[in-house]
Amino acid sequence: MSDEKYAVVCRGLRHAFGGAVAVDGIDLDVAEGEIFGLLGPNGAGKTTAIRLITTLLPAGPGMVEVFGRDVSSHRMAVRRTIGYLPQQLSADGALTGRENVELFARLFDVPRAERKERVREVLAAVGLADAAERRAQTYSGGMIRRLELAQALISAPKLLILDEPTIGLDPVARDGVWERIQEVRRATGMTVLVTTHYMDEADQYCNRIALMHRGRIKALGTPGELKAALEPGATLEEVFRTYTGDQLDEPGDNFRDARRTRRTASRLG
Amino acid sequence: MTHAVPAVPPAGSADSSWTTWRLLPARVVAMCVVELQKIRHDRTELYTRAIQPALWLLIFGETFSRLRAIPTGKVPYLDYLAPGILAQSTLFIAIFYGIQIIWDRDAGVLAKLLVTPTPRAALITGKAFAAGMRALTQAVAILVLSAILGVTLTLNPLRWLGVIVIVMLGTAFFSCLSMTIAGLAMSRDRLMGIGQAITMPLFFGSNALYPIGLMPGWLRVISHVNPLSYEVDALRHLLIGTPGNLPLDFAVLLVAAAAGITAASALLGRLVR
Repeated sequence: MSDEKYAVVCRGLRHAFGGAVAVDGIDLDVAEGEIFGLLGPNGAGKTTAIRLITTLLPAGPGMVEVFGRDVSSHRMAVRRTIGYLPQQLSADGALTGRENVELFARLFDVPRAERKERVREVLAAVGLADAAERRAQTYSGGMIRRLELAQALISAPKLLILDEPTIGLDPVARDGVWERIQEVRRATGMTVLVTTHYMDEADQYCNRIALMHRGRIKALGTPGELKAALEPGATLEEVFRTYTGDQLDEPGDNFRDARRTRRTASRLG
Repeated sequence: MTHAVPAVPPAGSADSSWTTWRLLPARVVAMCVVELQKIRHDRTELYTRAIQPALWLLIFGETFSRLRAIPTGKVPYLDYLAPGILAQSTLFIAIFYGIQIIWDRDAGVLAKLLVTPTPRAALITGKAFAAGMRALTQAVAILVLSAILGVTLTLNPLRWLGVIVIVMLGTAFFSCLSMTIAGLAMSRDRLMGIGQAITMPLFFGSNALYPIGLMPGWLRVISHVNPLSYEVDALRHLLIGTPGNLPLDFAVLLVAAAAGITAASALLGRLVR
C-alpha cells in the first residue's frame, strides 16, 4: 500500500453522518503528477471523500494514505503536502490580496526571509500582481478564485485538492482558473485532485476520472476509456447519466451541500 | 473528536502534543496580524463600539458620582467605575466573537484553516488572542476617555503591562466561551441569543459597577465564580491602585482561559463536519 508512486491511496474508505452513509467503501489510487477528477451528482459523497483525505474528517487507520503517510496518524505532515480550495469563496474580503496570501504563508511556516518574495511570486503566477494591494471584496468571482489558488499554492504543495473550483464562474473565468492550474502543474509536477460538476472541464483537463454515486465509485478510467466503454461517439455527459440515473441533482441526499453550492453561486452573482 | 493513535507510531513524523506547542506562537502571531490588518482597514467598528462605554462613563458614571449612592471609600466613583467599564466593553467584544467562527465555517474559511498544519488548539488560541488585540484597541479608547474625564490612572509602565496581560487573558476566556457556545449552538442566530442572554448577568453579577460587599448573598456567590469579577479586580488594582488580590486574579483568569481554549478546541470539530 505504501507505494511511493501514488499521491493518494484510499482503501475501503467509509464515513457516515449519524446513520447516513456518505462514503461507502471507496478504493482509489491517484498517481503522482496526474489530474484526477471526482465526478458525481450532489450528495454523491465527493466532498465527504475530499474532507476525509484532507484530514477535515477523521478517517480510520489504513483508510487513506497521502504520499505514503496514513492521514489518521500523520495529520500535520499530510497537511504540509496539501493545498486545498474549498467549494465556497473563502478569501477574506476585509483583507487585501497580499494579506490573504501572507496569512497562509505564515500558517505554512514559510520562512520570514522568503515570505515577501514568495507571496509576490505566487500572486504574479495567478495574475493578481496588480490587484495585490486591493481588498479582496473588490475582486470579481474569477479573481477571488485565483486569489484562493494563490493561497493554496503558497506552500508549494505536492497535492492540490480542489472542491468545485469553477462553480458559478463564467466560461472565461473558468478557463482562467484552469490555465493557472495547468501552468503550475507543468512547472512543478504537482498532483491535482478535483471535484466538478462540469463534464466538459473533466473531459478537457482530467487524466483520469472516477464517477461517484451514493457514496460508491461506479466507474473509473480516462475520459476516453469511459466514453468508449459506453458506445462509440458517446459524450462524458451521457456516461455520467448512465451511471448516476437520469437526474443531475439527487434531491434530499445532502441538503447542506446543495445549499452551499447555491450560496457560492449567488455570491458570485 | 477522537484521534486514532496507531499501535506503533512511526518515528519523527507522527503527531504529538509537542507539535501543537511548537506551532502555537507562530499561529497566534499569524491570527493577531490578520486581526490588526482588519482593524486598520475598517475602523468603523472601533468607533461604534466606543459609544456604549462612553455613555456608561459619561451618564451612569457622572450621575452616580453625584448621587454618591455607591460607597467606594476614598476612591471617586468614576475612578472606581472606569476599570469596570473597560472590562465590560472587552466582555462585549469577546462574547460575540464566536459569530466570526460560524461565519468562517459557512464561508469555507474554517475548513481551509484546518487543512493547514495548525492544530485545533493552536487555531483557537490564535483566535482568542486576536480577540484580545481587538479588545486592546478598545481599551486604549476607554482609557483615553477616562483620563479626559479626570480619572487618575497609574503611570507605572509595569502596571500597564499588567493591564495588557489581564485584558488579553480575560478576552481570551470570554471569546473561547463564545466559540464554545458556537460549537454547541452551530448557528449565528442562536449564538446571538445566548450571547445576549448571558452578557448582562455576567456584567451585573460582577463587581464592575459596585463592590461585592453591597450584593445580596446569592449574587455574591455568582460574583465569586464569575471570571469578570477577577478581571475587574485586577484592572482596578493595576489602574487606580485599589487593594486587590493580583496573584489570585491572574491565576483564575489563566485557568479560565486554558479551560476555555480546551473546551472550544474540543468542539471545533463539530463546526467543520
